Amino acid sequence: MTVAGEVVETETVNSGKPLVEVKGLRRVFDLSKPWLNRMIEREGRILLTAVDGVDFAIKEGETYALVGESGSGKSTIAKMAVGLLPPSAGSIMIDGTDVWGKKSQDTERRMRRKIQMIFQDPFASLNPRWRVGAIIAEPISAFGLISDPQDRAARVGELLSLVGLDPRDGQKFPHEFSGGQRQRIAIARALASEPKFIVCDEPTSALDVSVQAQVLNLLRDLQERLGLTYLFISHNLAVVRHVATRVGVLYLGRLVEEAPARDLFAAPQHPYTKMLLEAVPDIDMEGKDRQSIAGEIPNPITPPPGCHFHPRCPVRRVECDVKIPLPLPVGDATVRCHLFDPSP
Amino acid sequence: MPYVTGEETKARIPVSGGAVGALGRMRDSDLWYSFTRSPLALVSALVVALFVLAALFAPLIAPHDPFDPGSISILDSFLPPAWQDGGDARFLLGTDDQGRDVLSTILFGMRISLAVGFASVVFSMLLGITLGLVAGYFGGWVDSVIMRIADVQLTFPAILIALLINGVARAMAGPQSYDKVVFFVLVLSIGLSFWVQYGRTVRGSVLVEANKEYVLAARLIGLGPWTIMFKHVLPNVLGPVLVIATINLALAIITEATLSFLGVGVPPTQPSLGTLIRIGNDFLFSGEWWITIFPGITLAILALSVNLLGDWLRDALNPKLR
Amino acid sequence: MTPALSVRNLRIEIPTRHGVLTAIDDLSFDIAAGEVLGMVGESGAGKSITGSAVIGLLEPPGRVAGGEIHLAGERIDHLPPDRMRRIRGKRIGMIFQDPLTSLNPLYRIGDQLVETIMTHQRMTTGEARDKARKLLEEVGIPAAKTRLSSYPHQFSGGMRQRVVIALALAADPELVIADEPTTALDVSVQAQIIALLKQLCAERGAAVMLITHDMGVIAETADRVCVLYAGRLAELGPVRGVVKLPQHPYTIGLMAAIPSLTGDPDKPLAQIPGSMPRLGTIPDGCAFNPRCDYRFPPCTTERPVAYAAGTSQAACLLHAPEFSRVAPAETLKAADAAGIRLPKPAGEAVR
Repeated sequence: MTVAGEVVETETVNSGKPLVEVKGLRRVFDLSKPWLNRMIEREGRILLTAVDGVDFAIKEGETYALVGESGSGKSTIAKMAVGLLPPSAGSIMIDGTDVWGKKSQDTERRMRRKIQMIFQDPFASLNPRWRVGAIIAEPISAFGLISDPQDRAARVGELLSLVGLDPRDGQKFPHEFSGGQRQRIAIARALASEPKFIVCDEPTSALDVSVQAQVLNLLRDLQERLGLTYLFISHNLAVVRHVATRVGVLYLGRLVEEAPARDLFAAPQHPYTKMLLEAVPDIDMEGKDRQSIAGEIPNPITPPPGCHFHPRCPVRRVECDVKIPLPLPVGDATVRCHLFDPSP
Repeated sequence: MPYVTGEETKARIPVSGGAVGALGRMRDSDLWYSFTRSPLALVSALVVALFVLAALFAPLIAPHDPFDPGSISILDSFLPPAWQDGGDARFLLGTDDQGRDVLSTILFGMRISLAVGFASVVFSMLLGITLGLVAGYFGGWVDSVIMRIADVQLTFPAILIALLINGVARAMAGPQSYDKVVFFVLVLSIGLSFWVQYGRTVRGSVLVEANKEYVLAARLIGLGPWTIMFKHVLPNVLGPVLVIATINLALAIITEATLSFLGVGVPPTQPSLGTLIRIGNDFLFSGEWWITIFPGITLAILALSVNLLGDWLRDALNPKLR
Repeated sequence: MTPALSVRNLRIEIPTRHGVLTAIDDLSFDIAAGEVLGMVGESGAGKSITGSAVIGLLEPPGRVAGGEIHLAGERIDHLPPDRMRRIRGKRIGMIFQDPLTSLNPLYRIGDQLVETIMTHQRMTTGEARDKARKLLEEVGIPAAKTRLSSYPHQFSGGMRQRVVIALALAADPELVIADEPTTALDVSVQAQIIALLKQLCAERGAAVMLITHDMGVIAETADRVCVLYAGRLAELGPVRGVVKLPQHPYTIGLMAAIPSLTGDPDKPLAQIPGSMPRLGTIPDGCAFNPRCDYRFPPCTTERPVAYAAGTSQAACLLHAPEFSRVAPAETLKAADAAGIRLPKPAGEAVR
């Protein structure tokens, strides 16, 4: 493959400095009815706090996975990280640039080039009326990377073979490909602007298992070759285990546990993380009974007070429904749970 | 199973037979397939095509030039169709009060009817698509303003709005220059009264498309809203627009005819189908039925064929009905 | 004993303008009363269409072009629509992926339950209401009596799926068809629903056809598994055998490709190259042959049928004595290493 050297000038991978830094991230959605309806029906505003004070950092060349069920705010974080949705508070720094800070057009363009995203649904993420070649070439021309049409076409072919497709596939339309192949095309498009940081929002949850393995392996392979940094959003813990270096577990907008992947899977700390792990189907049929988690995720508009997880928690204490737990260090992990509070 | 990298391509099998070029793709499409298997669509398309061709080549195929005073003789006036007693072989469908050949006036009238129809459909389509895109993509107060205007306009019949705009334009142009701008006045008044349907349909489709991930991907690389709207969203909302445009073509032709029939359309010196029907209407009860009936039948067949074509297109593009 | 459901040589065709597509080709399986049969396969493998064929709701232009479907010994695939309608709901219960599509949003769930019960059973309204309350209690809905007068949108996703299960079981059916019943639910709720479905059907002795793409769900719920590939049977056998010691190369690849919580996370996942062919482009011979690691010459010409393979049946020529005899030695060695139980050559057994 011709790519390794040309695609990204990776300096020192794993140099230890974080490429992405998220601090105090918060996002509130206003779900209220229009002003006039509220006045007539005498209803107050309805606010949904989708993301509530999330901090994390991703080192260069690593994969940080955010795990959570519906309503956890993981997709909202993904959209804020790539600059599609403004946060209500907090900051996201990528390679020293604040994604949402004021900056010159030139800095904005340079920053956008570094950030890309791979979406969940490969049937919606490619414009059905465009040829695959045009889809992949779009970021190249949008950022003015290659002006000569022939060189650009050559680059598109290169990207296609990089993701395991035939360079001639650029002539075809998206509907001629299967789900897995489309996801490869989406990956090629994401790579076209030579990014450093890629947000993968449930990239395999719409795919069949055998194809999921192909895409996960491809993502890992590309990371090694191009020194990419991933933010990997998923609800599937087994998938996360195969890709992540660090994992953050979200519950109703709060990061309840944050730890190196190995530690998290070997010794989960937060009661919710433990339950999530126990809820994973026992595919190896080791006879372990899958533990049912009591209850369901509460409505995020009216989350339980104190620790959001307390109504479902098997080890809940008296202070859990009144006091919001603060992030506490437990070994290499950070856990938001009163169990680890030294001053009960 | 051993670990293989990127070998997926090898097992792929081509899906469709290698259709090359735009024409090949069209013939391979589902739309073409459904078209060739719908007798109604085929017949109506044939009729429309025939009418359009006849109108286009009217100066070549019309037996007489109804606008050349030299070739018209008042002595030939009120001749019945050729197969009737007193008919003249030169005038197949008879002549009108000024001795003009009815067949030729129909052919030339259709030119004006179709031209006004097409032009006003294109105008209302451009207007409706733009406003619908803007309303759907930007949302907020822009959306509210555009859609409230549309709502208000929907509460009036289109013909009333066309009459209103027509009256205003007529007053502004003045009586002398009116004949010169009549074409544009008609297009403007019909176009402005029909944009709402396009606007609402496009806005609805945009609301769906704009949240799809391919639009997010385009926003991600910093493309501006207009680029995204026209390059990405528009091609994907054109299907329903095409259906409305076809059905509206029939409506626009009828609206033009109505305006002309009411006397606010094209003048009798440059008659459209509507004008012809109005002229003939005066003689309907004195026995000279052919002057109004033949243009009337032409208008009915034309409008019906276009409408049937539109209905077929709507069904063919709607996967739920297939 | 007569199986609750018996499908014999089922063939489903979909006529299109590119010719007739065969969505299901020569599929046979049985489900005994009280048994859970898992149907797995990738999207497009034909698992849902098989379910639709059994309940007589194939989407036109799809049609059953061959084979037979028996419900407790009675043939049902050629019944007129009105008789089939009486069997659906009464003798066959249905649970779909999205609970919102099975519940009418405009009616209280109590009324929907009572209506279903009274259509199929002779009861007074009072008795039916009583039964509806008992059903809700059985599916674990707290305060069942008051919840009878709630509307579907007042329930959470998991609770709604419980209501759908109650509705499917309302007329005590002999067979329950569950099409991806947990796919729309959160991981933490999935386990509850699966356990409930399994328990209730076992109590009633109802046979269950569990259609899902999630091998994990199958592994903990099903008694037997039917693996489909490109509309054909790949492997059919007891769940333990299929999961632990798969016999068809496709099943082997499928099982290895599933990420799990055990094993080395740093090793790349095993993957099957390529993707499943679309209908109409299925290769000659074995449908899996272009992606198969153990392919040998007859695979591209001979269509395999289900052969005995370990505890299961597998549609793979390696299990057919007459073909595996001519297979190259290295293929046999690799297959043996992958756990494929090759048939013993006839001569050897005698000796």
